[in-house]
Amino acid sequence: MPEQKVVDADYLLLEAPRERKFITGAQAMAEAVKRANVDVAIAYPITPQSEVMHLVGDIWAQGYLKDYYRAEEEYGAMSAIAGAVRGGARAFSATSGPGLLRGLEAIASWPGHRIPAVLGVLTRVVNAPLSIQPDNVEIAYLLHSGIIVLHAENQQDVFDFTLASFVISEMVDVYIPIAVCTEGFFVTHAKGYVNMTPEDMKLPPRDPYKAPVPPTDCEIPPARIQRDAPVQKSNFMSYLIHAVWQQEVWASNIRSMKYIYKYLGGPIEVVNPDAEVFVVASGCAAAQGREAVRYAQLEGLNVGLVKVKSIRPFPEKEIRQVLSKAKAVIVPEHNIIGWLAKEVKAAIPDNDKVIGGPRVYGGMTLPVELIMEKIYESLGIKKEKKVVV
Amino acid sequence: MPMEVLPGPVGYIPTPAAFEGVELPPPGKALLYGKIVDEETAMREAAKALLTRRNPTIFPGPLVLWGWNASAMEKAKAVLELAMEIPNCRIIPMPDYRPKYPKIDPEAEINPNHPNLTILHNKIEACIFVGVHCHYANLSLRMIRAGTNCFTIALCAEMGHEDAMVSLRDVHADEIRRFRDVIVQVREEMGIKWEPKLPPENPSLPKEEYQTLSILDYGEYSYLLLPRRGEHITETE
Repeated sequence: MPEQKVVDADYLLLEAPRERKFITGAQAMAEAVKRANVDVAIAYPITPQSEVMHLVGDIWAQGYLKDYYRAEEEYGAMSAIAGAVRGGARAFSATSGPGLLRGLEAIASWPGHRIPAVLGVLTRVVNAPLSIQPDNVEIAYLLHSGIIVLHAENQQDVFDFTLASFVISEMVDVYIPIAVCTEGFFVTHAKGYVNMTPEDMKLPPRDPYKAPVPPTDCEIPPARIQRDAPVQKSNFMSYLIHAVWQQEVWASNIRSMKYIYKYLGGPIEVVNPDAEVFVVASGCAAAQGREAVRYAQLEGLNVGLVKVKSIRPFPEKEIRQVLSKAKAVIVPEHNIIGWLAKEVKAAIPDNDKVIGGPRVYGGMTLPVELIMEKIYESLGIKKEKKVVV
Repeated sequence: MPMEVLPGPVGYIPTPAAFEGVELPPPGKALLYGKIVDEETAMREAAKALLTRRNPTIFPGPLVLWGWNASAMEKAKAVLELAMEIPNCRIIPMPDYRPKYPKIDPEAEINPNHPNLTILHNKIEACIFVGVHCHYANLSLRMIRAGTNCFTIALCAEMGHEDAMVSLRDVHADEIRRFRDVIVQVREEMGIKWEPKLPPENPSLPKEEYQTLSILDYGEYSYLLLPRRGEHITETE
């Protein structure tokens, strides 16, 4: 392990030189953890997350992390993360599909407990029927938990989002966890070019005293300064304290937006802002959407892309602005329920122009041709379907 | 257009100012009624509220009440200096955040789980939060705006609070003294005569006799104050 020097977070994220590597999404996530001065990583293995946690185990063995272990299952893993973070550590975990759902009760309690952890969510099918293949329906379960949810398109995003998440989540006015989601296999097990910060530089350590809550929930003389939600007793004031506490979680979620602008270049990326038809997509579907936009431009069609990087906080204002003049909005997704299409429909006034699809799930890939069909349909272009026997 | 953050009562359940477009100020700036302004402007408006509204009160939190470090102790001194310059000011502490059941003594303390009880009982119409962890300050400020007509001022060591009528950020001992000077200046401009003096003793707290104070007075926490076997403490307050 090379000697790592601590550098300023802004310098590491925005200015440090970068080196280009050809690596998998799982490697990109582990490389970000390596540079994040993480104290502890705890997880329970599940495909396709296990690749990430194997690699994090390797960097622990090399001395980059202070502690690393396999918990008994996800509920235990996510609860242990909460304990470690409350104790002042910077912590990382990752999970996938059914593992996320098993850990969800603990994960959903993190924002309210003001736990600034980073969680890798490497998506796969949620049973049943049993499958380990790509599908991102599990992100829908995170959307109302208060956690910040970022969705990475490719290996570069995985590196950038993961490293920045440690910084954003520990901001005093944020101080809630961040889930960095990406598609299992398509991104985690496939290689892409990633521009990475130097291996010998790392973030400053976590300062648990720079926090909106006391650093621990222990007995601190001369007073016990408890940080738990005091809802054990029922009377009117308990309900109001719980209400304003929930508000605080979501206010913190909103406050993270300025850091998403600062460190990730904003919650959306727009290609061809004057387009007639937009493809709005997140994660891996954004890569396919990007390709569809390229095909469309080759055919002389005025099509643009809105890549949504931040699902929570959801960039309502930004999306409303970009789509204000669009004739049609196509939302391709890797899940059956179309959670992104629902978000987009809720964000714009003339939402009858939103075409919820194409959608693939259960491990299927998302051919660019499926998106092109929707583009033709929205522009009233009739194409003959050729059947090759 | 961000909402205007004015004294309440806004009703049964408050809407957080952050939901309505109010953003925390950048370094060197402050929030006044939800708008980003110069610190001086915000300080003057806060001073007017403290000098004209009934029963101005300072609520110091654990970050100034307990001597965690030298800067906390200096900040506590500055808070007392500030209190001396506000006519008829009282100090009611928020010593911790745990719920007190069946209920708190509202003359002795303020509690983030029902801060409005202290405000309403004492008819406080202007208050200062200082040294309260941001999470609990935000909860309290919102509940106060929901159920009382109190003008809230947050002196925050971090980034500030959207739900206070006046919010200053990066406030430490020096900045508290600067605010004190603004209060003195505004007070003189308004022609209010006042000889600086300490606020009255908190009537509900037992008198502390430091000569006879023993570790055992700390009850169940006393073991935390005892040195461990072989431990040699070289630094004390």
